[in-house]
Amino acid sequence: MSRRLANLFHGRPHLQVGALLAGPIGWLVIGYLGSLLVLLIAAFWTVDPLSGEVIRGLSFENIETLVNEPVYRTIIGRTVLIAALVTVTDAVLAFPIAFYMAKVASRRGKAVLVVAVLLPLWSSYLVKVYSWRTMLGAGGVINWALAPLGLHGPGFGNTAVWLVMSYLWLPYMILPIYAGLERIPGSLISASEDLGASPFTTFRRVILPLAFPAVVAGSIFTFALTLGDYITPRLVSNNQFIGNVIFNNISNNLPFASALALVPIVVMVAYLLVARRLGAFEHI
Amino acid sequence: MRLSRRSALLLRGAVAVGLAFIYVPLIVIAIYAFNSSNVLEWPPPGLTLDWFPKAFESESVREALLTSVKAGVVATTIALILGTLASLAVARHRFFGRETISFLVILPIALPGIVTGVALSNTFTQVLGVELSLLTVIVGHATFCIVVVYNNVVARLRRVSGSFEEASADLGAHTWQTFRFVTVPSLKTALAAGALLAFALSFDEIIVTTFTIGAGEETLPIWIFSRLFRPNQLPIVNVVAVLVVLISIIPVYLAHRLTREEGGAAAARGGRAERAGRMEGGGVEVEATAVP
Repeated sequence: MSRRLANLFHGRPHLQVGALLAGPIGWLVIGYLGSLLVLLIAAFWTVDPLSGEVIRGLSFENIETLVNEPVYRTIIGRTVLIAALVTVTDAVLAFPIAFYMAKVASRRGKAVLVVAVLLPLWSSYLVKVYSWRTMLGAGGVINWALAPLGLHGPGFGNTAVWLVMSYLWLPYMILPIYAGLERIPGSLISASEDLGASPFTTFRRVILPLAFPAVVAGSIFTFALTLGDYITPRLVSNNQFIGNVIFNNISNNLPFASALALVPIVVMVAYLLVARRLGAFEHI
Repeated sequence: MRLSRRSALLLRGAVAVGLAFIYVPLIVIAIYAFNSSNVLEWPPPGLTLDWFPKAFESESVREALLTSVKAGVVATTIALILGTLASLAVARHRFFGRETISFLVILPIALPGIVTGVALSNTFTQVLGVELSLLTVIVGHATFCIVVVYNNVVARLRRVSGSFEEASADLGAHTWQTFRFVTVPSLKTALAAGALLAFALSFDEIIVTTFTIGAGEETLPIWIFSRLFRPNQLPIVNVVAVLVVLISIIPVYLAHRLTREEGGAAAARGGRAERAGRMEGGGVEVEATAVP
């Protein structure tokens, strides 16, 4: 049987490709892209206010609410602003670490650092946010550490959201910058030094321009992840972000939740178009 | 690069601060798991092991652990099959639309989890009329885990030359024999690494899970989340939190070890694609991949 099947495929590359791709393409195109299409369509549905039933017709009600209600404009504005702040913060924090890993550390040190950055990136998202909740609370580590200095921590609020998200997405920024810096040939840096440039000039005129697309690549992740997160705002603030409103509407107004879910998609598409112009795609 | 002593010192300081920033929250929660008081105040008044047996005795913790493991194992199996098939097609064949495949595979993890969650939930409940359950969670998890397997296997296939497979065919092996005796052995560690990472990703996931899970069912992250706002539950939550960290961190470390020996130092690639499992191979190599 397997022999006969094998003979069928032998010398028929198109048949082989078809057989290999049927499953994955079926799953991802019909299942996943299909779901995204449903999301797009559902954004134009409405909910009957009396029965709570979903009415499947073409209506711009949800989009109008999003555009016209000041509260949603504020929430979208707040989310995008925090996303931008988190991105800048992470770029500033990540660069020295990535630079040390790529250009200064020994071979062994480099291996250890990569693992050290990699492990927390992959795991325990919820546990990390929860830990920050305990740290930022009234009796938490932060207030305890700052008390001798006569200071106290930011408590819960927008500052906490900014801090925690910068923390959560930092490894996503470190790794692309590290990879980007690794690709800069040492000879370029030596050449700059031999030609008399100070380390600062070398950094500003040689390293930074070459690493910039990698920073943009990292920013795609910090930006996208911030736009979609609703758990961090829930745990360390009382403020609403796009994700919270989607979450709150999912059970009683699915069409409105769908319309709102289009906002991160639209913002990300715009962001990606800019990122592509800046040459970030080679660094992902 | 030549650095002055002062700037080298400054740089070291920055790295130390950055690493401390990354690890302090994980250490804090690990210490709280041994907190003798049931109030979360720093510093803890004393240390105790009492919460560990209490956590393991809890019926709901055991059930949630079982649910998480089931979801992780089945989602990983699906991702392993679909990811390997897609990578074989992309790495060993030329066909129209080949470039779009990696874009398609990465999309579920490149879009915010909440978008994937709402989209799948919409489709299940409104279009297919399926009741949300563990099965719908598995579908969601498998969707974003495919990329992990795919990236690992594609990277390996690019490294292992296709001429081995050609040689096998020339020597008279038929397609299946070549696959079984030539392709699979060369992919073994890449498949294992992909599976470990997919499992870790699934085990840790909460957002897509929240939107696709049925009423009354809980994975471990959902278990934690639903108890965070009940102060009397927090000592056990801390223990479960440490458990979740360990169960997700250990597979990642193992996967790293598995793919490391091939090329020396460390394996890591950029960004979210990193998370998406491109740990394959040695030094950092960033390839242009069609990401949205």
